[in-house]
Parts: sequence; structure tokens; C-alpha cells
Amino acid sequence: MRDWLKRYEPVWLFVHSPAAIVAAVIAIAIIFGAVFAPWIAQVDPYDLSSFSLFDGLLPPVWEDGANPKYLLGTDDQGRDMISSILYGARLSLVIGISALTIAAVLGVGLGLAAGFYGGRFDAVVMRIADVQLALPAILTALLIDGIARGVLPASVQQDVRVAVLTLAIALSLWVNFARTARASTFVQMQKEYVQAAIMMGQRPVRIMFVHILPNILGPLLVIMTVDLASAILLEATLSFLGIGLPADSPSLGTLIRIGMQFLLSGEWWILWIPTLFLVALVVSINILGDFLRDVFNPRLR
Amino acid sequence: MVYFILKRLVQSVFVMLAVAFLAFSLFRFVGDPISQMTGVETTVADQERLREDLGLNDPFVVQFYRFTTDMLQGDFGFSYRTRQPVADMIADRIPATLELGVVALIISLIVGIPAGVYTALRPRGVLTQGILLTTLVGVSIPTFVIGIMLIFIFGVQLGWLPTFGRNGTVQIGGWESSLFTVQGWRSLILPAVTLGVYQLTLTMRLVRAEMMEVMRSDYIRFGMARGVPMGRLHYRHALANTMVPVITIIGLQFGGVIAFSIVTESVFQWPGMGLLFLESIRFVDIPVMGVYLVVIAFFFVLVNLIVDLLYVAIDPRLRVKDL
Amino acid sequence: MLVIKDLAVKFPSRFGDVTAIADVDMEIRPGEIHGLVGESGAGKSTVGAAVIGLLSQPGYIAGGEITLGETDLRALSPEAAHRIRGDRISMIFQDPQTSLNPLMTIEDQLVETIQAHSDATHSQAVTRAVDLLEEIGIKNAASRIKAYPHQFSGGMRQRVVIALAICTDPELIIADEPTTALDVAVQSQVLALIQRLARERQIAFMLITHDIGVIAQVADRVTVMRKGRVMETGETQQVLGAPDHPYTQALMDAVPPLDVKIDRFRVPEEAPIAGEGPTGNVAEAWLLEGQRSEMLGLTLDHLTVQFAAPRTSLFRTPAPYVALDDVSLTVRPGTIMGLVGESGSGKSTLAKAITGLVSPTSGTMQLGGDDLPYGKTRGRRHPSRQLIQMVFQDPYSSLNSRHTIADILEEPLWFYGFVSDARERRRLAAAMLELVGMAPEAIDKYPHQFSGGQRQRVAVARALLARPRFLICDEPTSALDVSIQAEILNLLKDLQSTFGLSVLFISHNLSVVRQMADDTAVLRAGRIEEVGPTEDLYEAPQADYTRELLALTPVMPKAWRRAG
Repeated sequence: MRDWLKRYEPVWLFVHSPAAIVAAVIAIAIIFGAVFAPWIAQVDPYDLSSFSLFDGLLPPVWEDGANPKYLLGTDDQGRDMISSILYGARLSLVIGISALTIAAVLGVGLGLAAGFYGGRFDAVVMRIADVQLALPAILTALLIDGIARGVLPASVQQDVRVAVLTLAIALSLWVNFARTARASTFVQMQKEYVQAAIMMGQRPVRIMFVHILPNILGPLLVIMTVDLASAILLEATLSFLGIGLPADSPSLGTLIRIGMQFLLSGEWWILWIPTLFLVALVVSINILGDFLRDVFNPRLR
Repeated sequence: MVYFILKRLVQSVFVMLAVAFLAFSLFRFVGDPISQMTGVETTVADQERLREDLGLNDPFVVQFYRFTTDMLQGDFGFSYRTRQPVADMIADRIPATLELGVVALIISLIVGIPAGVYTALRPRGVLTQGILLTTLVGVSIPTFVIGIMLIFIFGVQLGWLPTFGRNGTVQIGGWESSLFTVQGWRSLILPAVTLGVYQLTLTMRLVRAEMMEVMRSDYIRFGMARGVPMGRLHYRHALANTMVPVITIIGLQFGGVIAFSIVTESVFQWPGMGLLFLESIRFVDIPVMGVYLVVIAFFFVLVNLIVDLLYVAIDPRLRVKDL
Repeated sequence: MLVIKDLAVKFPSRFGDVTAIADVDMEIRPGEIHGLVGESGAGKSTVGAAVIGLLSQPGYIAGGEITLGETDLRALSPEAAHRIRGDRISMIFQDPQTSLNPLMTIEDQLVETIQAHSDATHSQAVTRAVDLLEEIGIKNAASRIKAYPHQFSGGMRQRVVIALAICTDPELIIADEPTTALDVAVQSQVLALIQRLARERQIAFMLITHDIGVIAQVADRVTVMRKGRVMETGETQQVLGAPDHPYTQALMDAVPPLDVKIDRFRVPEEAPIAGEGPTGNVAEAWLLEGQRSEMLGLTLDHLTVQFAAPRTSLFRTPAPYVALDDVSLTVRPGTIMGLVGESGSGKSTLAKAITGLVSPTSGTMQLGGDDLPYGKTRGRRHPSRQLIQMVFQDPYSSLNSRHTIADILEEPLWFYGFVSDARERRRLAAAMLELVGMAPEAIDKYPHQFSGGQRQRVAVARALLARPRFLICDEPTSALDVSIQAEILNLLKDLQSTFGLSVLFISHNLSVVRQMADDTAVLRAGRIEEVGPTEDLYEAPQADYTRELLALTPVMPKAWRRAG
């Protein structure tokens, strides 16, 4: 029993951490709702015929004048808030996860190779990373967006928005992965099992991916979680700044930007409910990230 | 030590050159400068002459050289949108952003460092758990939402502070400052807090992590073993050693301050460089975008040079030679 | 003066409280150096930490008494306990590199300690600090006191640490492995200093160490611990020379002597060694079958390795760091060459040069008459990569913790193209485990499920599965406890003679090399000081350096050893 627990220590720690459990439940619920949005949501916010202006500006059910059909009320166009949020979260997650995947593949690959080969290759990768650091995430994303506007003809621009946004976010996140992977690889390179593999004459690709990579997954998993939160925040921020996704295919950030128009009027739910959703999602992911950080840093226990 | 500083200087020059190159490439390859500068009524021949006059037919390297030397002399070109010199446009906006950023940074340091120390020294305290939970939520709320919330509470509900804009500024030797009037501070405080909160959480978590690391070190345990007063151990021994890595990372975070100043300025309609940059993106005003980049990179490099000097001042291992 | 009775310390864990030490009794008189000896996990550091009140969280004292003079140390409030620390009890840590605050001068650290426990003015404190440094052997103390810790060498730093520990005139000092991180020469100076302080100032020392030699040399009395309990206590000569307790006897049997060569170590409850089971024979047969090639010797000729030093000035290119300087060495086929040297002498660099991890600057290397190309130019398929195998120092780092034992052991089999059938590979790997004295069932486990000694056996098995003709052992036992060391050394000896391996055996431990090697070379700062047949070299050392090493290595006097 003890041995089993030692082996599956993360599971044991998880079961005994209420915060992590609550966070996981919230995150999974939101992700589940987002993935199955087309089947759960009662209206399709992209389809103008599925909702009506007559239902506009209805408050949530617990306020006066609500329509029980719309649990969390409607916006000025008459869209059901729940449906908008689920579709919005879906878009946010798609962009966040694809950006994260690109960043992880690029960053881990470069970081591993930089740590393994060292020398000039390492220096070049790290200088590029330094320049990238001098241009923080939002700046990079804005810049790529600006370039896309300058280069691409206006007709294509709307179609490639999601791709540009994903690429912009990915480019600003790869440095985290690269630096973490490189630092961890350096530590592993000092270990004798790596030296043994080099001595045998094993191929560098095998040493990097079969020997080293499994040993640095812990810190990478932490970065992955924390950066998923960053990616979602970044997307929301860019959309809020009005250079992310347009109003007809709203992400969570776009919904908040639209809601800003109602900041001074009485329809608080149009602004605050998507905001609450976004914050709940990101807080949950960050709590999970913190939990993983503690799991993989035995000295903190 | 001189070598260390010189090495950093040379590295800085290379970073600046790389960014300048980026800015130049933007200017040269994103859209056609000539068609941006001229109207529809200009003939093709005129356009071609203008192209020749501006040296756009010269080899790439020559153009880049000219671009860089012009910049060094303060000639940053003209905006496509307003036709004004970019240098003036940026110079007008620098004070607003700099004051916002510095005040935010100070807020984040004077709250973040003590909070980090406290939570590191009392890892199991109730207040510590509360602070940690708050900061976890803090890093999870996007900056713009914090801004909106502050506007909603202090501007709309309570009506204590203005909700947007920069008022009550005073001209001091060409520097437009909001630090000398109550009105100025009233408009500055909400944006500065908004921008400071995110940095604050980062600073606090960093100080806490480093401090806990240092508290586990042998020299602290040795200090305890020989009865050095606890206060001295905490603040003289541990805090100083904590600051070495913290300073480095705060330098790197300066980039974050700049980036989030864009968001903050947008939420509060604060007339700084960030707002200018956003406008230039919306109108594809390439020269302004490029120059903004270069200016930001310059500040970044400058801050990190200062950090290096601080580093040398704190750590005798960089300052004093072996006997 | 210090009296410990029935002391018990527990650490709460999620499986309930774990008892770290229990029923510990000990008594230390003024001016006495009391050795506390034991293998890892014996709880000796926990005793020290409990006495000074610095148990690592969340450990706590569960019972017993600790009294210093008239003071009941357990009854003190945290504030009073903190005042006693430094004033009456102080401590010396293992690593002088990390025990001093790097950002403060020696002066500041001494003065703050003196002022914390007396009303001395700043200038009085400085005067005392300077006198103290002079007394413990730091010359020009008045000017060097302004220096920062990084400006002192390791031995000087440990002196500063000792000065900090005694600057408040404590009655008792707990010294936790105070010389383990030091070289032999510095170690002997620091030990002499401790002895002098005990004698002249009547300071009592609790000397915690795993090194029997150190205990034999300086301790007046000794307490032997194992798994948190006291096994035996008494006069040093009696406990070490004629131990009563079976554990102490076994421990003393496992300590390699410096002054005589013994054939095998006596190991209690000896584990099955070398092909006892039926499957072990399979592995042995497989190895013998692959070994048609004759025994291979290794010749190094004028080998030099230089590393570029980091640049610190704009105008001067720094002189390269010379790790190995004109080293010539011959390992005769089928024999063991011992290589001794202190840290930084270039021992590991030599191993790396032979295995191709480091490229020499000049010189030649030959394995059985064939040139070994330099590291950079040695192809991935070069035959030497199979013929030369290595057993590393740290068994916790030499096995990939994410791979099963099967993955680790089967890798050489398919990589060198010995066995193409997966089931056959697995069978052979399991057989090899048995050959090195482990259960074949271990094959599906992960490295972290084994102890250090067992892991080192796995590492040996991995090396053997490459069918090597030349084995490099780089400090193969220095991370292990003495009793485990004895087992591994026995194993290596057996395997070497069975399979006619040529071995380069690297160690900082002169006693171990004497037991293992046919020839011995002494390396110092990258140069060979002396090389020759082991017995000659130990009995009649030629080089001054060898003589010094042999004289300064702490050992138990011959006269103490019990007969038989």
C-alpha cells in the first residue's frame, strides 16, 4: 500500500487537496460545456435566425422581469447569455490550446536541443529568446496582428483572424517552454545516465527524447498549465483591445468588450457574467498549476 | 567587473540593432511606403522620382545603415496617418507612460516585497494563506478586468475618482507631469493601481519563493546555530540574498509593465505611448509602430543595464577579486 | 556536562509518525571530543539538531531529557533557546562553501555574533575577532577580516566557520561532518585545530561523522548508532579495536585498512554473489562466450587536456585551465590500475578523455594496440564504445529514473546488436541481475525502488551486458555506506578475475585503492606524481606527495586491531 502510494503520489496529494479538487471540477465543467456547446446551448449565437431582438436585455432569472427560458439573461441582440458564453469559451479554449501546442512543440524542441548541444547553437537560441523577452507577449501579438493587417488583403483578413491570433499567442509563449526545457536539460546533462548514453554512442535524437524528455516532463507540465491560463488571458486581452476576434464570432474577451458598453447602464449581467466565467476558468487552471508545481517540487513539502 | 559591464553593453547594442532591424523590415516590407505617402493623383513618374529621392532603390544594407544613423540623430521619419514627425508624437506621449509605469512599479515593490517576506517567514499563518489565495486570484484576473472593476467601484458607484483621461498636468521644462497636482494624482491612481496589481502579485510570489529558498540555506541555519538575532537574520542576511535574483527578474519584468501599460492605457484612455501604438496598429501606421518598438527596446535595455549595475553593487563576488 | 537520556525524535508523515531516533543516551564531558558514528540513516545528525534545537520541520522531540550543565534544554522557551545558541552551544556545518553568507564580510559576521552575546562595543568586538582569527591560524587577520567569504580557500573558510562557532566561548560545539568536504591535508589541519580547542579551551565537541578514521584519530570516546538507536558507546580505542556489539564488529570488518591488503571483505549475511543460481550461470556463460578477444590493456602517452578559462578581461586571453598535464600511464591487460587523487586532481577528466566525453589537447590513447580517436572525432559506432564501459560514482544519477530496470539492462543488448530476440534479451538481463547478486524479479521495477547499493549492482550489470574488455570505475563506492562498499568491492573483484577484465579504478580513498589495485598511480593537479605496483607504492612511497597523503589520511592505529 505504501509503495503504491509512493508511486502514485500525485494522486494521493490530489485527493487530499480540496482546492485542487474544486479547481479541477470547475475547469472540467467549463471545458465540457465548451466542447459540447453545440449540443448544450439552446441558441447558436452565430446564427442570427436562432434568436430574436424581442428577447433583448432580459435579466437573469433571479431579477425582476426575467424570462425563465434564459437562466442568465440575454444581451441587447436577444442572445441567450449561457449560449454566448459556452460558444465564447469554446473559441477561447480552441485558440488557447492550439497556441499552447505550437508553443510547446517549438519551445521544447529548441530548448532540448539548446541544452543538449550547448555552445553556439545554444547561444543563438537564447539570444533569440532574449529579444523575444524584450518584446513581451501582448506586444508580440499586437505586432503580428499589425503586420497581418499590412500584408494581407482586407478580404482574407477576417478569415484568418483565428490563425493569426493563435500564431501570435504561440510565438509569445514558446520562450517559456524553451527556457524551462533548456534549464532542465542542463541539469539532466550532468547526470551520469546521460553521459552513459552518450558514451555508448546513441543517437542524439534518442538521448534527447527517450532519455532526457521523460525526466523533465514535471516542470514542463507546470509551464503547460500556467501557460494555458496565460494563453486564455492573452486571447481575452487581445479581443478586448479590439484586435482579436470580431463581434460576430465572440470569444470570452469579445463578450467582455461588448459588455463594457453596459458598464454605466443597469444591464450589469452582460458585462459581469462573462467576466466571472473567464476569471473562474483561469483561477481554476492556475490553482491546478500551483498544485502541480508543489507536486513536482518535493522541497516545498 | 569592467569586463562584465562592457560585455553587457555590447550585448545591449546587439539587441538594439536586432530591434532596429525588425523595425526597418516592418517599414520596408509591410505595405509600400510610397503609396502610403502619396495620394492617388500622383503620377507613376513622380512616385518613381520620390522613390529615388528617398533612396528606396538603394541596396538593402545601405538603406538599413541610413535608417539606423537617422534614428541615432533623432530623425524617426513621418507618420502615415498624421503626417507629423514620429519623434514628436512619441516624445509627447513618453511622460504619461513613464509616470504611469514608474508609479505602478513602486506600488508593486512597496507592497510586493514586504508581503513576500511576510508570507515566506510565516508559511503556515492564516494571513499568509489569505494573501496567497488573493494573489492567485490576482494573477488570474486579466488586467483589463481589474481596470473595469476599479472604474466601476471608484468611478461609477462611489464617484470618488475620474474614470478616464489624464487631467491636472503641469508643464515642467517640456515634461508634462501629473505628479504635482491633486487632480493629476486623482487621474493617475486608478490606472497605476491597475497596472501595479499584476506586477505586485508576480513580485510577491517571486520574493516569497526566493526567500524560502534562502531560509533553508546553510548560512542561515548556521546563523541560527550561533544565536544571531532573528530580526537580523531575516532582514540583513536573508533579504539581501533574496534581492540578488529578485532584482534580475524585476528588470526582465519591465517588459511586462510596458506591455500591460498598453492595456491599461486603453481601458482608461490614458494618453500614453501604448494608446498611440494601438491606434497605429488599427491604422497600419507602420513608422509609428516601428519607432515605438525601438523606444520600448531602448528602455528595456536601459533598465537591464541599471539592473546589472545594481547586481554588481549588491554582490561582492562580482565586485571583489579573489585574494 | 551534556547529558542525553532516552531521547526520541519523531517526524510526522502522512502515514503516521516516523521515529527518527529512540532511546538515545549520551554523555559528553568538558573538553571531550565525542565521536558519533554511523551509516546513513543512523540518525546521528538528528541527535545534533535536537541538542541545539534546530530540528528540521516538522520533526519534534517526542521524549527524553537533554541537559547542559544545570539547564534543561527541553524546558526552554523558543527565545531562551535562541539565546543559548551561540552562547553555550554552537555548531559547525559540513560545507564551508555554503555556511557563510556570501554578501557579508567576515568581519561583519564575526562582529554580529560577538555582539549578539555580549555588551562589547564594535571596536572591542573587532579586536576580539582579529585575535581569534590569528589564534586559529589565519595570518594577517587584521586586513583579511575585511574580505568576503569567496576570497578564502575551502580550508581557510572552514577555519572562519570554526572561528564563528567559538567566538562566543560556547561550552559545546556540534560538528556535523566538519571535514567531509575537505581534502586530506586540510582535513588534518582542521582536526588538529579541533583537538587543540578541546584541550586548551575545554570546549566539548560532538563530532558527527561516517569516517571511522577521523573518529580513531581525534575522538576520546565514541557512540555508534544504527537506524536511530545507540549500538555501543565507550572509549574510542576499546569500541573500535575490540567492539562488543555485533554491528560494530561487522562495521569494523567492512572498513578497508590502509596499512595492509586483505583478500576479501568479511560481509555479514553475504548476499549471493557471482553466478550462484542456475540463471546466473547463463549470464556468466554468455559473457565468457563473447570474450574470445584477448585481454586488452590501455596505454596513455603524454596525454594533455586543457579547458578554456572564462574570459574576465578585455585585453588578456586567460591562460587555459590545464586539467591533465602530460599524463602517461599503462594499464596492463587483465589487471586493475588504481588512480588516486584529491578533488580537482583531474581523475574524472581522465575517465572522460578515455570514454570520449572530453577531447584531449594532445597525446595519444591506445586500447589493446589500436588508437583511440579523440572524443570529437570518435564515431558513434567505434568499437571502443562497446569495449570500454564505465561504472559511475552516483548510483542515483547513473540510472534513468524513468526507465525500468529491464529497459536499462536490455539497451546495450540491442544497441550493440548482440541479441535480436526480445524475449532472449529479457532472459539474459534477468540472468545478469542474478549474476550481480540481485533477484531476477527486480527486472520490472524502477530504480527508485532500490537502495544505493542495489542500484550500483544494476549499474555493474548494465556495464557487463555490453561485453566490455575494459572497465572504468569512477569512485564506484564513494556515495555508499562502508558495509555496502565492502559488498560492491567484493563483487567487482570477483567479476574482474572471472572475466579477465582490465580495470581503471578511480578513487580518492587510498585504503580502497590498496585493496583493489594491482598497480597504483597518484594524480595531483593533473600530473602523475608516482606510479608503480600497489604494494611497493604503499610500503615505500617515492614521491613526497604520496608520503604526505599516506601520513595524513586518518586511520585507526594498528595496535588497536583485535587479533584475528
